[in-house]
Amino acid sequence: NYLRIVGLEIHAQISSNSKLFSGSQVQFAAPPNSLVSFFDASLPGTLPVLNRRCVEAAVMTGLALNCSINKKSLFDRKHYFYADLPAGYQITQQRVPIAVNGSLSYSLCIDNKMSQMVTKTVRIKQIQLEQDSGKSLHDDTRSQTLVDLNRAGVGLMEVVMEPDMCCGEEAAAAVRELQLILQTLGSSQAVMSEGQLRVDANVSVHHPGEPYGVRTEVKNINSIRFLAKAVDYEIQRQIKELESGRTILNETRAFDSKLGCTVPMRDKEGKQDYRFMPEPNLPPLILYDAKSLPANMNHQQVVNIDWIHERLPDLPSVKRAKLVERYGILPEHSFTLLNEDGLSEFFEDVIKQTQMKPKKVIGWILKDLLSYLKKHSLTVKESPVSSFLLADLLNRLEEKEISSTAAKQVFAELWKGEGKTPLEIVKEKKLQLIQDQKDLEQICQTVIDGQENEVMAIKAGNRKVLNKLIGLVQRETQGRSNPVLVKQLLEKKLSE
Amino acid sequence: MMGNTMSLVSAALKEGRVAPTELCQRCLSLIKSTKFLNAYITVAEETALKQAEESEKRYRRGQPLGVLDGIPIAVKDNFNTAGIETTCASNMLKGYISPYNATVVQKLLDQGAVLLGKTNLDEFAMGSGSTDGVFGPVRNPWSYSRQYKEKSVPKSHSEDKDSNWVITGGSSGGSAAAVSSFTCFAALGSDTGGSTRNPAAHCGVVGLKPTYGLISRHGLIPLVNSMDVPGILTRCVDDAAVVLGSLAGHDPKDSTTIQDNFKPFELSNLPDVSKLSIGIPKEYHAPGLSSEILALWSKAADLFKNAGAKVIEVSLPHTRYSIVCYHVLCTAEVASNMARFDGLEYGHRSDMNKSTESMYAATRREGFNDVVRGRILSGNYFMLKQNYENYFIKAQKVRRLIANDFVKVFGSGVDILLTPTTLSDAVPYTEFIKEDNRTRSAQDDILTQAANMAGLPAINVPTALSERGLPVGLQFIGRSFQEKQLLTVAKWFEKQVKFPTIQLEEVKRHDHGVFQHQKSASFL
Repeated sequence: NYLRIVGLEIHAQISSNSKLFSGSQVQFAAPPNSLVSFFDASLPGTLPVLNRRCVEAAVMTGLALNCSINKKSLFDRKHYFYADLPAGYQITQQRVPIAVNGSLSYSLCIDNKMSQMVTKTVRIKQIQLEQDSGKSLHDDTRSQTLVDLNRAGVGLMEVVMEPDMCCGEEAAAAVRELQLILQTLGSSQAVMSEGQLRVDANVSVHHPGEPYGVRTEVKNINSIRFLAKAVDYEIQRQIKELESGRTILNETRAFDSKLGCTVPMRDKEGKQDYRFMPEPNLPPLILYDAKSLPANMNHQQVVNIDWIHERLPDLPSVKRAKLVERYGILPEHSFTLLNEDGLSEFFEDVIKQTQMKPKKVIGWILKDLLSYLKKHSLTVKESPVSSFLLADLLNRLEEKEISSTAAKQVFAELWKGEGKTPLEIVKEKKLQLIQDQKDLEQICQTVIDGQENEVMAIKAGNRKVLNKLIGLVQRETQGRSNPVLVKQLLEKKLSE
Repeated sequence: MMGNTMSLVSAALKEGRVAPTELCQRCLSLIKSTKFLNAYITVAEETALKQAEESEKRYRRGQPLGVLDGIPIAVKDNFNTAGIETTCASNMLKGYISPYNATVVQKLLDQGAVLLGKTNLDEFAMGSGSTDGVFGPVRNPWSYSRQYKEKSVPKSHSEDKDSNWVITGGSSGGSAAAVSSFTCFAALGSDTGGSTRNPAAHCGVVGLKPTYGLISRHGLIPLVNSMDVPGILTRCVDDAAVVLGSLAGHDPKDSTTIQDNFKPFELSNLPDVSKLSIGIPKEYHAPGLSSEILALWSKAADLFKNAGAKVIEVSLPHTRYSIVCYHVLCTAEVASNMARFDGLEYGHRSDMNKSTESMYAATRREGFNDVVRGRILSGNYFMLKQNYENYFIKAQKVRRLIANDFVKVFGSGVDILLTPTTLSDAVPYTEFIKEDNRTRSAQDDILTQAANMAGLPAINVPTALSERGLPVGLQFIGRSFQEKQLLTVAKWFEKQVKFPTIQLEEVKRHDHGVFQHQKSASFL
């Protein structure tokens, strides 16, 4: 009975050596006010000079999001007073941003088991270049505000996603995909915990057929998980309010992660008039493509959209499709592979070093390796089991030197990271499968001889009981028998 | 010596007839004895002498850096100078020591120029009298000239020698006064609506406004970013060409400077204007234009005619809208540019500390004078969402029309425009302050503003003395980036009019009889 409308404003910090309009360095967690140029501090008389790398990052991102790149875009000043905004205005692109009208496709699981995925699209309204502000820390006990301008002037790409999403899960999936794209392009490292990716959600609800409801803006969302929670909470809050006959205020709310709810933000009182004005110190930003590039232009001075387009790396969606095609894995597998930093490379490295089919390898990667990594909160890079070791282990399994149960045991040992090879562990723990068929036959015979009732049941047609016999053989051999072979041998003997 | 042009002094330095340190000492000493002019806010005695010493060493080695080596200069106090206070004549920046040099300052220093000090101005360059700075008004040196004193009617009883002094015009009044009173050989000003040309006219010096984008604004504390240019004040046109040559060119730190390579030029000693077309814009016969200046303007036109130039009347129909247009665009940019003065990072910070907001408010109230605050309020008003279209956008469109007027005229074969620079000669201070800053600016900027709107180069050339014995200048406006042609015409005109040298008691005393009544003809 309610349509849920969710739009997003995402600020991604551009991955560059220096800031958007000045030469000071970009670095996370540097000593306060150690990366501040005269321009960043707004010293009078200083002027902005556009950073080419930031423009390229925005063009790359625009192309990856299927946007039209504006060959001419403009810079504007957005005025407001705040301690972390030294100039009293932010330089942004309000009139004509660098890229417009794109789209982002993302996938969601229908159910929780990752077994059925559906693809959705969200329209990208625009991407604009703008300055980041500094950081202010309010010290209420001493009634003071501490200002760190290290971040002031760092380049941002603001990506505006139209309100095409309808719940927290969609918002989270869209942002996750954007994050992967940015990381693949290298235009932003997009790590939310380091403030390189910030998301504000615009949420409203209305009855079908009626006009759109009043929307609220939700800020202070520090992770993708919290994004989903915040959006869903806000939707529910608005519905409750409306159902109780109250109205929604057009306000900004903060997400309180501890309480899991949104609260009104004290800072924003009334509507701000930002008094936008063209930035007079920056001429229009002109970009070229192969057709419009003047012949005698110094190529250091121009950004060529086509040149950038040709050099775009495979985007996540393309990478996933390639993985599915090349290795015959399922689409949902490809999602998980790309979701974990370094996992798809690990997977491909193992494939290279083993005869085991990719469809089997993927199980080891996604179930065994990944669950161990998650359990110990490690990244793929930090894995004590290298692709070489895992490939070695899988080869032993393929060669039928060990059973799959044994292989899991070996994996657990490898995880300890004591430097032992799979072969060493197998020998140590005596996990080798019995290779001598005669020995195995003898054990099978012994088990058959000891299980008269079960044998009769099998011969009578109850095949399931065979598993019990297989289990007994396994026990006799301390798990060192190949169950497939054991089954064959038992069946052969029982049919005699 | 002191009354010499820069080129002559430069030759004297090279030939060893005078030493840089001696020259520097004389200038410093003259600054002291003309202190009553209030042209300087800061005199950088120690550093100037050091620079002079370095220059001297170079001359002794026979390796001077160029024509500017050892030449004492002054810089308007809205240019950043590392280690030397930069105040913009405002409480907001009193005591502010910038950590960097403006590009133009750096260029002059790199050429060996000796920086004597920072000159006085209207607060943040807002004004046309150089009367509204916190360090007090600048006095026009011509107030103390024999030429003015001879002509001024002594008031009977309450005759205070001082009360009759006239303004310099503004906002670069300190720089104009400094050059006019011989304390330096060239000075930097800034020009946003006429702030270099106006005081140049009132002080009888050459005031050049270069094409927008030719000279770097990096380090010039901005008034209107889209109109500001560094201005050059000298005693003759040749000197202006020399300074221009050392300053012009692309600056990577200023994205509004053009990329094309600038070629410094020397002006011909026999400039020829016979092939030129001189335009006389009829709208510059503005209300309030004194009959004296009108007559001079006409005489000037005749001079060109007689020299064989084509002199025609032209029309710049949108001239009359330039005042209001300027008012909207200027105040809007001012409101924006002044937003950074919040007391946090630098400059004055109020003791009020109840909250950040109250600290901002108190700081800005204490730091800015009424003129600045008035413009900020106006500018913010024009930029409000509901007003933006009707005021700011409209003014931008009108600006385009004003600029197009010039494009049309220059496109029709006119090479240079000849206009008055000011409506009258300099008025006494006591009369000037009867009207407020806004009214004065509106009146005085009318003849100079349009060139800033269109980004065109323009120059004031001192022409003659008025009936009151005060300088009157005429203005030439040229095509974009055609400074060479502009200055050639200006030089020709300068030679024709032979503007008299100021006769100042103080300078006479300092110059040990080397003082010359120089006529322009002897500038060879």
